[in-house]
Amino acid sequence: MSEVRYTDQHEWIRLDGDEATVGITKYAAESLGDVVFVELPAAGKSVSAGGEAAVVESVKAASDIYAPAGGTVTAANTALEKEPSKVNEDPEGAGWFFKMTLADKTEFAKLMDSAAYAKFVETL
Amino acid sequence: MTLASEVLRRTPLYALHLELGGKMVPFAGYEMPVQYPAGILKEHLHTREKAGLFDVSHMGQAFLAGDTSALEKLTPADVAGLKEGMQRYGLLLTEAGTIKDDFMFSRLKGEADLYLVVNAATKEGDFAYIGEKLKDVAALTLRPDRALLALQGPLAAAVLERHCPGICELTFMKVVRTAVAGAPAIVGRTGYTGEDGFEISVDGGDAERVARALLAESEVLPIGLGARDSLRLEAGLCLYGHDMDETRDPAEANLLWSIGKRRKEAKDFPGAARTLGGAPAIKRVGIRPQGRAPAREGAGIAAKDGRIIGKVTSGGFGPSLNAPIAMGTVENAFAADGTPVDLLVRGKAMPAVISPMPFFPHRYRR
Repeated sequence: MSEVRYTDQHEWIRLDGDEATVGITKYAAESLGDVVFVELPAAGKSVSAGGEAAVVESVKAASDIYAPAGGTVTAANTALEKEPSKVNEDPEGAGWFFKMTLADKTEFAKLMDSAAYAKFVETL
Repeated sequence: MTLASEVLRRTPLYALHLELGGKMVPFAGYEMPVQYPAGILKEHLHTREKAGLFDVSHMGQAFLAGDTSALEKLTPADVAGLKEGMQRYGLLLTEAGTIKDDFMFSRLKGEADLYLVVNAATKEGDFAYIGEKLKDVAALTLRPDRALLALQGPLAAAVLERHCPGICELTFMKVVRTAVAGAPAIVGRTGYTGEDGFEISVDGGDAERVARALLAESEVLPIGLGARDSLRLEAGLCLYGHDMDETRDPAEANLLWSIGKRRKEAKDFPGAARTLGGAPAIKRVGIRPQGRAPAREGAGIAAKDGRIIGKVTSGGFGPSLNAPIAMGTVENAFAADGTPVDLLVRGKAMPAVISPMPFFPHRYRR
């Protein structure tokens, strides 16, 4: 059973067993507009909660993607390098950015659940 | 408390932008649509494929009466030699000969006055400068009551012909007083996308009706500022305040072509000695990053030995090229097409090549 959490920087993180998948939310993808480039972290890179982990560029501008929690990157969605538009088409599915193992699962538990994130987005 | 300077102005099409779902952003003191629901990528590609309608009413329109040739004191363009029914691109120069703005000027058939269009962000300063410098010989009348629409793309002429019969006959850089959808208009065959197209000046009160008439045509989509920027960058056209400004002269900005032949020979414009005095130390160039990552304005440009030789002044993604593109200024020794350089993006050196412009071929109807 997987669980999804959200950050106030509009990343989502889904935990399946020991591995987590990270991407940007539908709200973020819509705000960014057409994504034309992604820079993904290499497997083995260690990231800290709130630290820069990837970059997404739309026609308009570049934005940093932050790691929702600390840990080690295990894989990147290299399909995005050829088809960055997947981020707009399916941001919370096929448009995932990277997978990682978590150093401390309590960091994950502290993040917003979907109801809290939906409420947060309403305030923006 | 709100300071007057923070109040954003609106064009006569503001309500229409909202109705069309425009995402409004502050730009040059106005609330303008950066994109509509189609998004920048689709808007860009649609303009290249069919036709796009842009609201550029924020730009400054004015008429210059009196000794209009006196404008040559402030621009290196050939003003006196401009024939009736023609328009021309010019640079407005500071006393030192650097670029205060770029603008279009037109001589309408049977009219003594020159019709001017300057950039939105600089219009107050430009008009004050022109008015002051020419006050003894010419008078400037500002026309904030007028709106300006741009209809651009390969199908623009066919669309406009339905609302302005005979306009197809007009060729590139010609201008005429006519009527569009029944509204009195000044129409020039020009634009800022590299495509065939028109700029249509109408009374602010007629703007919405004219815009709706054009948008009702199946070929036309409304296009926001985002696609306007990517279209002009692909076309290699400068954006004032970015690709050139008061720190650059026409040679450095690689805009010597805008200097009239007679003016080059007479050397009778501000900074002529500097501008025409041999190769400039730095020069505006086109740049093609070799990877997929766009380099944005401000990114450093380095020679292959790592030395910084310039910076990116406009950069992004070219939807019609499906590749990143940029403009920048570099030391003249590195300005030749084909010169390999590195762009410094997020602390990394990304290979790029100095490249000819336009990146996407112009398709003007000459």
